[in-house]
Amino acid sequence: MARGNGLLARLLAVSLLFSAPLTGVADEQKFVAERLAMVHEVAQQARASAQETGRPAIKAEVLAAMERTPRHLFVPEDQLRYAYRNRPLPIGYGQTISQPFVVALMTDLLDVKPGQRVLEIGTGSGYQAALLAELSMEVYSIEIVEPLAQRAGQALAALYPDKVTVRHGDGYHGWEEYAPFDAIIVTAAASHVPPPLVKQLKPGGRMVIPLGASFLIQQLVLVEKASDGRISSREVAPVRFVPLTGGH
Amino acid sequence: MPLLSIALISCAALGLEILLMRLFAIVQWHHFGYLAVSLAMLGYGAAGAALAMVGDRPHPAFHKAFAISALLFGLTAPIAFLADQAMPFNALEILWDPRQWLWLSLQYLLLFVPFFFAAFCLCLAFSRFGGQSHRIYGADLWGASAGGLLALGLLFMLPPQRVLLVVASLALAAAVLAWPSRRRIVYFLLPAVLLLPWTIPDKLIALHPSQYKSLSHYLLVPGARTMAEKHSPLGQVTVVENRLMLLRHAPGLSMSADSEPPEQLGVFVDGEGPGAITRFDGRPESLAFLGQMPSAMPYQLLHRPSVLVLGAGAGMDVLQALHHGAKSVDAVELDANVAALVAHDHAAFAGRLYQLPQVKLHVAEARSFVAGSRQRFDLIVLPLADTFGTASAGLYGLAEDYLHTTEAFRFYFRHLEPDGMLVLNCWMQLPPRDLIKLATTAVEALAQEGVVQPVPHLVLLRSWQTAALAVKRTPFTAQEVTVLQAFAEAQGFDFEWAGGRVGNEAPHHRLDQPYFAEAFDALSGTARERADFYRRYKFHIAPSSDDRPYFQHFFTWRAFPEILRLKERGGLPLVEMGYPVLVATWLQAVVFGALLILLPLRVAKWRAAAGSIGRGRVFGYFAALGTAFMLLEMAFLQKFVLLLGHPLYAAAAVLTAFLFFAGAGSRVSGRLSAGGHKMPMFWPAIGIVLLGMTYLAALPSLLAICMSWPLAARLALGVALVAPLAFCMGMPFPLGMTRVASAESGLLPWAYGVNACFSVMSAPLATLLAIEIGFSGVVMLALGLYVAALMTFPVAGHAGSRHKEAGYA
Repeated sequence: MARGNGLLARLLAVSLLFSAPLTGVADEQKFVAERLAMVHEVAQQARASAQETGRPAIKAEVLAAMERTPRHLFVPEDQLRYAYRNRPLPIGYGQTISQPFVVALMTDLLDVKPGQRVLEIGTGSGYQAALLAELSMEVYSIEIVEPLAQRAGQALAALYPDKVTVRHGDGYHGWEEYAPFDAIIVTAAASHVPPPLVKQLKPGGRMVIPLGASFLIQQLVLVEKASDGRISSREVAPVRFVPLTGGH
Repeated sequence: MPLLSIALISCAALGLEILLMRLFAIVQWHHFGYLAVSLAMLGYGAAGAALAMVGDRPHPAFHKAFAISALLFGLTAPIAFLADQAMPFNALEILWDPRQWLWLSLQYLLLFVPFFFAAFCLCLAFSRFGGQSHRIYGADLWGASAGGLLALGLLFMLPPQRVLLVVASLALAAAVLAWPSRRRIVYFLLPAVLLLPWTIPDKLIALHPSQYKSLSHYLLVPGARTMAEKHSPLGQVTVVENRLMLLRHAPGLSMSADSEPPEQLGVFVDGEGPGAITRFDGRPESLAFLGQMPSAMPYQLLHRPSVLVLGAGAGMDVLQALHHGAKSVDAVELDANVAALVAHDHAAFAGRLYQLPQVKLHVAEARSFVAGSRQRFDLIVLPLADTFGTASAGLYGLAEDYLHTTEAFRFYFRHLEPDGMLVLNCWMQLPPRDLIKLATTAVEALAQEGVVQPVPHLVLLRSWQTAALAVKRTPFTAQEVTVLQAFAEAQGFDFEWAGGRVGNEAPHHRLDQPYFAEAFDALSGTARERADFYRRYKFHIAPSSDDRPYFQHFFTWRAFPEILRLKERGGLPLVEMGYPVLVATWLQAVVFGALLILLPLRVAKWRAAAGSIGRGRVFGYFAALGTAFMLLEMAFLQKFVLLLGHPLYAAAAVLTAFLFFAGAGSRVSGRLSAGGHKMPMFWPAIGIVLLGMTYLAALPSLLAICMSWPLAARLALGVALVAPLAFCMGMPFPLGMTRVASAESGLLPWAYGVNACFSVMSAPLATLLAIEIGFSGVVMLALGLYVAALMTFPVAGHAGSRHKEAGYA
């Protein structure tokens, strides 16, 4: 309970910080109810997509963390009423906050354990970093668009002061100071995986790269670095045809 | 009769159509521009419907009504676009946010308005002076002919939003010229309206591209600065530099790479990209990253090759060839603006790449360049298609692609040295479609060249992001495969087809299904087994040909229900947008066109007395004409585009010639009408059918012979071929209108509306049909429709008609 109360206090603090119209406990309760419904939907979608993703379900701790993560604090005010819909939302500057199912799947694929160190390239709204913080990760996040870095950085600093560090800058060279990382998420579109990021991934570590247009992440690439340093990757498709050459 | 004003209105209307497509390609995506502009063109049908309902009431004040309508056209053309741009429509959110449909509908409505007023002018003229339809239609076609040329020409010199204002000013000039008792006003107002576009400040007409376009994203990066912006009908080219946070563009760079790209300048076309101009200090070894991409594969086998790069863009593939010691590189680039970036504007940055003795730049269309070249190469490269793939997006929704057809591949093979290689690069899309279609097209081309077992001639190498398909005229040897496998292993790439066997035992990048192994098995089979595979695959991957040159068409109806079921889970990218957008365009045109045709019949029934010619005949004739003209024009336009090479110049030349000679035909048709011919439509129809069939039979051989001719000769031949056909095609419409005018003039606006609606419906239909039955099929259908038009030519058959004519059975 103490944890819950502490969270509520921090939520209210962030609300005040952004002057969002979230001043009452009633609003918070409404969001909690919507959040639980959203997580339920995400869990259902994960089961329905098991064949495509190769994962029978999202891990319970990821779903539990999602139930605690206040997505509404990471969306712009005009999108508040959609905050807990299982859909991507615009956050300004041509960026989106990903569909919760995709965020859950990416987090699940990272396969990280409490206390591990994660690098995120492309903080965006900050929601992904928040979810990782709820899983007790040590998160380092770099955002190239300054206003987004500021907005997400403030929200994350208020909610997870000891767990998330946000920096405005170019993610191409990773974050040498805190390397190596157990996991890396590269959400910023790039024509290739920057070699420095591969170097900063620990042996045995994992990297997830979502691919697709804004609002529609169609594929996830999971990169794994073996203990001998060999790099391999695989495709994880949230949706696909089954089978591709039907109609025999 | 204000013939000059009519010509100016048509000139401005065609210019506006071209410009809107261009502007939408820049601020949004061309698909939605195509949708919106196609529907807006139904303003022509609406004007017919409106005038059919009000009857001849505007006739006494014809000049005023015409001038006011022209004025409203001129004013609403730029206002509609600017208002449209201010709307918060986001095409990407349309799946998730129902409000976007509302914005899209409003967008339609706004764009509809100027076309309505333009068409109202023309329809009013036909309605008032129906007996002189041949003169009105002639002016209309000549004006349109000039409009296309003017808009395309101005797009080379001015930003498109400024051209929009120039085009609008022509409509205002038409209004001034048409205004009654104009003498004094003309001298004052005409120069004023023509100068108006130059007085509007840039800020007021600035474009606001979607924040989701690549360029918008990139300009948000601190330090990013637009260095230059160039315009042409092929696209808006923007160069961006960033010294603070460097751009790094290296598609498919190995994850094991130990090198990084040097400083680069971003090159965006219509806000999409980037491509990159790479800093080159003259030392090929400074470009080590170019050796760690799948596209470097052929250089593992070729020693000091002669290389032809078809679509050189910002020069990365040329640099790659130099990095690997190519003895010569011929770089072909369609867009002169893009070529000039590397050749002149940033020549020092790019290491004077195109001035190097071993490099030759050719600003040309790739297919016609190959056809006209006698040289043979060790390596022909088709770079990643997406970077500069917007070439004709402003003209068509689903662009024809003559670079990736079986005929084109056969051309490339013939320009290879005996042991040479054709390498096709593409992005990895999963489930795979373009890569498989490249392979099926290559296999079919090899089969047509007499290769019995084509698959051993192919090698496919992929990273998680890009792939390279290499094709040889001879099978890959075991030794070559060993070399390539070593390269793949070192870079962490995967072999799927290694010269005839599936070579992907321990993949670096695992896929969720064995897509390529399945395709390999199918392609290794007989022609019948291959055809069966094309049919069963959930994307359209049958080989692309010159008759159906839609390489980017992957959509199949069979998979559509499954995609819809997956859409809420983000499955929409499984559907390629081009085809559904075309279908949606056609459907919306059919629905709204039907309304516009039927509405006047309901409302105006009491006005029109029992006519001397049946409405059914009028409908049949003008519907058949509207459809046939558009189908034939679009089909032959495509055929001639292949002849003339450059899609833009060809489109401009052929369209201009087409409209000009059709206008001439229209003028001459007046003599047929006045000559008391019983069936004036007979000779034009016969002419169209005979010429159409002759061209259909002779064009493939003619193309094979003439494609290597100089451009001027090909242009002259194209115009000479277009002239007689277009001349005949310009006659049936005014002949019909004159006949309707003499028998039942109240039907004129409705006849005009029917023709307009069917023309609009036929534009997307022409492409849809070309995808299904090929251009030859489209031509045959159009010729059949001309015969149908001949059969339904409106003749007076009822007793009591004002101008009784001998009937035609």
